[in-house]
Amino acid sequence: MSLNIAVLAKQVPDTRNVGKDAMKADGTINRAALPAIFNPEDLNALEQALKLKDEHPGSKITLLTMGLPRAAEVIREGLYRGADTGIVLTDRALGGADTLATSYSLAAAVRHIKDFDIILGGRQAIDGDTAQVGPQIAEKLGLPQVTYAEDVTVKDGKATIKRRIESGSETVEAPLPLVVTVNGSAAPCRPRNARLIQKFKYAVTPSEKAALSEEQAARLEGRDYLNLMEWSAADVEADPAQIGLNGSPTKVKNVVNVVFTAKESKQLDGSDEAGIEELIKDLIENHTIG
Amino acid sequence: MADINNLIVYCEFEDGKVADVSLELLTKGRKLASELGVKLEAIVIGDKLEGIENQLFPYGADVVYKAEDSRLYPYTSLPHSSILINLFKEIKPQICLMGATCIGRDLGPRVSSCLHSGLTADCTSLEIGDHTDPKTGTEYQNLLYQIRPAFGGNIVATIVNPECRPQMATVREGVMKKEIFDASHKGEVINLDVNKYVSDADFVVSIIDRHIEKCDINIKNAPIIVAGGYGVGSKENFDMLHELASVLGGEVGASRAAVDAGFTEHARQIGQTGVTVRPKLYIACGISGQIQHVAGMQDSSIIISINNDANAPINAISDYVITGNMEDIVPKLIKYYKKNSK
Repeated sequence: MSLNIAVLAKQVPDTRNVGKDAMKADGTINRAALPAIFNPEDLNALEQALKLKDEHPGSKITLLTMGLPRAAEVIREGLYRGADTGIVLTDRALGGADTLATSYSLAAAVRHIKDFDIILGGRQAIDGDTAQVGPQIAEKLGLPQVTYAEDVTVKDGKATIKRRIESGSETVEAPLPLVVTVNGSAAPCRPRNARLIQKFKYAVTPSEKAALSEEQAARLEGRDYLNLMEWSAADVEADPAQIGLNGSPTKVKNVVNVVFTAKESKQLDGSDEAGIEELIKDLIENHTIG
Repeated sequence: MADINNLIVYCEFEDGKVADVSLELLTKGRKLASELGVKLEAIVIGDKLEGIENQLFPYGADVVYKAEDSRLYPYTSLPHSSILINLFKEIKPQICLMGATCIGRDLGPRVSSCLHSGLTADCTSLEIGDHTDPKTGTEYQNLLYQIRPAFGGNIVATIVNPECRPQMATVREGVMKKEIFDASHKGEVINLDVNKYVSDADFVVSIIDRHIEKCDINIKNAPIIVAGGYGVGSKENFDMLHELASVLGGEVGASRAAVDAGFTEHARQIGQTGVTVRPKLYIACGISGQIQHVAGMQDSSIIISINNDANAPINAISDYVITGNMEDIVPKLIKYYKKNSK
């Protein structure tokens, strides 16, 4: 049985590498200095999709991302690794969305894809770490959810999923269609494939196509697979009252940069044997250790 | 108009024992409920719940809802969601708190999506306060301030849900303190008729196998923590930290970067996406001090930083800074401890 698989992916700033040059003089983050990457756990989800496709030949993987038009980069990255096609859901009206408005919008887009047997996404994105969008999409679509997945297999219209939970692991069985969020402890995504890079490197969305020269645009002639889809809120028939900032029940009251109060610290050099011994003696004396 | 509805905490348990994170939330919830002048309620969903309320009353619960059915344990998403959704439609709590655990982070979003209430994940602080909408000028009194780090911990945001109820938040284990409110406090028990709240369709996902691995890593309660970061450089160098920790009677912790690099296991991760710790001694080796890490250890009584980089951000919050290679310094700490301890 071949499967229609949707993979949700997010383009995120690489918050794991907030180096010194990413901080401005006033201590705020220079977001422009952070590279935009494929959210790591969404890559784990893509790998599960690719594995399902290996096991069920003829399956189709559709990547779906919501973000700025440049999130098309994430789609191409997924195509290089074996996804079949991709959609960028982008619209100014979607901006400022909290997790609930994001889930509503993505659920509307998934409904618009129509045929799907399983929806996979990463457990959480590294810019928010909320892990809320997966379960909320499941609820919006009226589907069961399985979170923290490490391995997904499908047989006879049923998925068997191994989950990683705090206290150990669990294997669950669930009927399709289904939403699954994949944990970072699952198998890493296979690398880009050189042949697929050659095949898809010119793949563009309509807004990217509009910016191409005539010569560049001519390359797309007769190669339908290079046309990526770009959908607006209206395209997926999203209710304007439920998207973006207006559709978000949570509001950010304020944001402060984190500054920790510095302590007066005692400095020692690693080669200062006597100083280190003195420190240990102090800690023993005041019963911190020993 | 003041909200007169109650505050409810979803309580988890395993082996008949209520989870620490739930008791921590009851402790916090008791304070918030008293400030609001409302009742603190708790809900426990599962099987074999006899007497479980006696673990909850001392933490200040005024009402304990119990939904008991053999199909409700172990946890699965749909029936637990249905019970909360349908109960909340009846009792309309103004605030709902849950642990930011595998269960809370699976259940909370599903419930909040159905009720269209806002949910804030992994709050590090919860307060009651007022809010004026900057656009409409509408004033709101006694909202729940849901305070959480964002953007890798580099900023802290205060989130409010002005219109939607319940205001929902999850909090990680160890972030709030667990404190008995009154050992003789007693409240009311309400047994829910489970079949009124769930349907057979809620049981389509079945657990076919479950492995509980006893975790012998307990960094949350360790009095001394020797933590390693990316700068430790290898699994082998982490062995050195284990040696120091065992000599001092402590545990080994790690930063997210060290865990991501595969130097040690995830259960040791300290910080915003790991465990929050407050040991009496924290020895940070090769940890630069990204905010998301510091957020999980800044309340340690004494902090020693060992780092090549004399300007590592963690040095600013450290009591002692030793500049140099941890491979050279850690053996010296072990040597001088052995020499000077009785």
